[in-house]
Amino acid sequence: MEWRRLGFIALIILILIGVVVMIGGGEIAPSVIVVSMIATTIAVATPLTLGALCGVYCERAGVVNIGIEGMMLASAFFGWFAAIYLNTILGMAPMPSLIMGVVAAILTGGLAGLLHAVLSVTYKVDQIIGGTVINILAIGVTGFLNRQLFFEKGSIFGGQVPHAPGVLPRIRIPLLADIPTVGRIFEQQPIAVSAIVLVLVTHFILFYTRWGLRTRSVGEHPRAADTVGINVARMRYANVIIGGLIAGLGGAYFTLESVPSFEPLMTNGRGFIALAAMIFGNWAPFGAWASALVFGAAQALQINLQFFREQIPSQWAFLQQAYIVGLVPYLLTMLILTGIIGKTTPPAADGVPYEK
Amino acid sequence: MSTSVEKTAPETTFKVLEKLRPATNAVLVPLLAVFTALVIGALVITAVGGDPIAAYKGLFEGAFGSAKALSETTVWATPYIFAGLAVALAFKGGLFNIGAEGQLALGAVAAAWVGYALPDVLGVTLPAVVHIPLAVGAGMLAGAIWGAIPGWLKARMGGHEVINTIMMNYIALNMTSFLLNGPMKDPSPLNVVARTPNIAEGARIPPIFPGFRLHWGFILALVVAGVVWWVLQKTTLGFEIRTAGANPNAGRYAGVNVPRTIVVTMMLSGILAGLAGTIEVTALNYRHELGFSVGYGFDAIAIALLGKTHPLGVVLASLLWGAMRNGATRMQFLTQIPVDVISVIQALILLFVAADAIIRWIYHIRAREERVVLTRGWGG
Repeated sequence: MEWRRLGFIALIILILIGVVVMIGGGEIAPSVIVVSMIATTIAVATPLTLGALCGVYCERAGVVNIGIEGMMLASAFFGWFAAIYLNTILGMAPMPSLIMGVVAAILTGGLAGLLHAVLSVTYKVDQIIGGTVINILAIGVTGFLNRQLFFEKGSIFGGQVPHAPGVLPRIRIPLLADIPTVGRIFEQQPIAVSAIVLVLVTHFILFYTRWGLRTRSVGEHPRAADTVGINVARMRYANVIIGGLIAGLGGAYFTLESVPSFEPLMTNGRGFIALAAMIFGNWAPFGAWASALVFGAAQALQINLQFFREQIPSQWAFLQQAYIVGLVPYLLTMLILTGIIGKTTPPAADGVPYEK
Repeated sequence: MSTSVEKTAPETTFKVLEKLRPATNAVLVPLLAVFTALVIGALVITAVGGDPIAAYKGLFEGAFGSAKALSETTVWATPYIFAGLAVALAFKGGLFNIGAEGQLALGAVAAAWVGYALPDVLGVTLPAVVHIPLAVGAGMLAGAIWGAIPGWLKARMGGHEVINTIMMNYIALNMTSFLLNGPMKDPSPLNVVARTPNIAEGARIPPIFPGFRLHWGFILALVVAGVVWWVLQKTTLGFEIRTAGANPNAGRYAGVNVPRTIVVTMMLSGILAGLAGTIEVTALNYRHELGFSVGYGFDAIAIALLGKTHPLGVVLASLLWGAMRNGATRMQFLTQIPVDVISVIQALILLFVAADAIIRWIYHIRAREERVVLTRGWGG
């Protein structure tokens, strides 16, 4: 990732943290605020990182995926449903139910990825339309099942939302989490930790393995790849499904790690922001992660400003409006995509169906 | 002599059929998509323990069973026509406007403000001939601005309109939430809902027949559909839009100012989406309430695709959408199947329309229409 873009990312995150320190610094020690902001940023960036990684796998193989939002929404629902079903109906203990919930979410994402692959690779549907189909399908199916399963009298849960088995517990990273003050950053929940691990793994796979080379060749020049005997369709299928599995893990974050409940439309555009993070990160895992952190910081700002609501000085009164501060991630996305901080280049065959 | 006639007759029939084939295909595939989606919908209803025949009977009755039902179907269809035209027009210009939802919401907010606040600001009661055009114009203007921004960002900065229009949806949602919970909230003491006050009598577009909610906005929607068709097919602007959409490079050589055309297309698209919200405020609800517009943007995409981006197709698809939404209430009343099942069926319709290869495969329809490039990747 080029220095200019990294600098921009660091600057934005510093500004966002600085605003909170300025407002809350009188009440709480600035160091505590900074640490809390960083910890929150890493946590809330999780679905963005995972969504962006999903995009990296798909688009490096030449398939545009704007269905990440829908993939995460569907996974959030089915992961939550599986956890609750195992816990309440089958009487499984909370912890195993949550883990099985995560597995169900990942598989849901994989299925959604398979659908996207069928549409875009086999049927050569316009890929942006295909992604939109997945988004709309996810909204329809989760909305319907949510109503049908939890709010209808005759449903398996008897017409009310059952008590959820909670959320995944925090993991303390040994040694690092014991450092005074700063240690808080290294106490994260499992999906947040695995997101960072997946960034490293994806970087390695993409740039240091044969699989990664083949993936990239299929996304850059499928004809050449085909000529040397790489099965373009199979590579694309595999990568879009892998992307789906990762988006599924991102979906699990919403209902199994962040809050123990499901609401219709709860992904709230995070899948699209993840896509922007991937673009700004130049279709590379580390770049995508760094960009995801920017949006994470913007969201952490919103969360912390609500906490310090009373301290906000009157000349900054607009910061008290949750709806106004809520605009920041979306405005940042648009600003970043204008290309004023340098243009990024997509894989050459991104979005183009391959005709033999 | 007679032999030659016999010889040519089947040939002519064949030729006529050949000529008709694209037309029948254009209608046949969407119809089969709807049919297939309804069949799968029936399976879903059965799976959750419902009776699909009773459900669809209720759906049909609720949509077409009486004069009142028909009137309600057109009321439901009206915003879909405007929003569907918005998306279809953008598609013609090679642009994917996912932002109809935000443009619609801000159009509604602007129209509502002119409707309830302008008389107080000016200190006069405005007559309908002045007030209605002002309110409708304000809604169109808001939609135009909200559509033109992502258009400009694409034309001048290369920012992809798909992500930008989505972001502007969320920005519009935050803005309307702020306005309707704050400065524009209905101040009457009993109100706890995020909504504007009622608009003045003078700003209201009346119903066509007393006792029915069918209003002149529906007629306006049909007229606008005709205008969109005329602009696209018969004017220079329409030619420029279609050329910029079909092949921007060729357009450049033909002297089309492609960046300008992109901005104009998105602005017109925004105006149409803004009208969808405006008419709901001025002709139906007489105020704007938070959340009424949720989902219209995605519905509009499905409608534009189902209607093959043709204005007449959009009108027919909108009537189908309106009928399903309207009939769903009666279906739920009669069979306790939640109205949300309609969203599943509609998503399936979109799936089959987008991936028409699946429909062709199921029903063995061979002939392919020409592939239309609807959108482009991140590059341009």
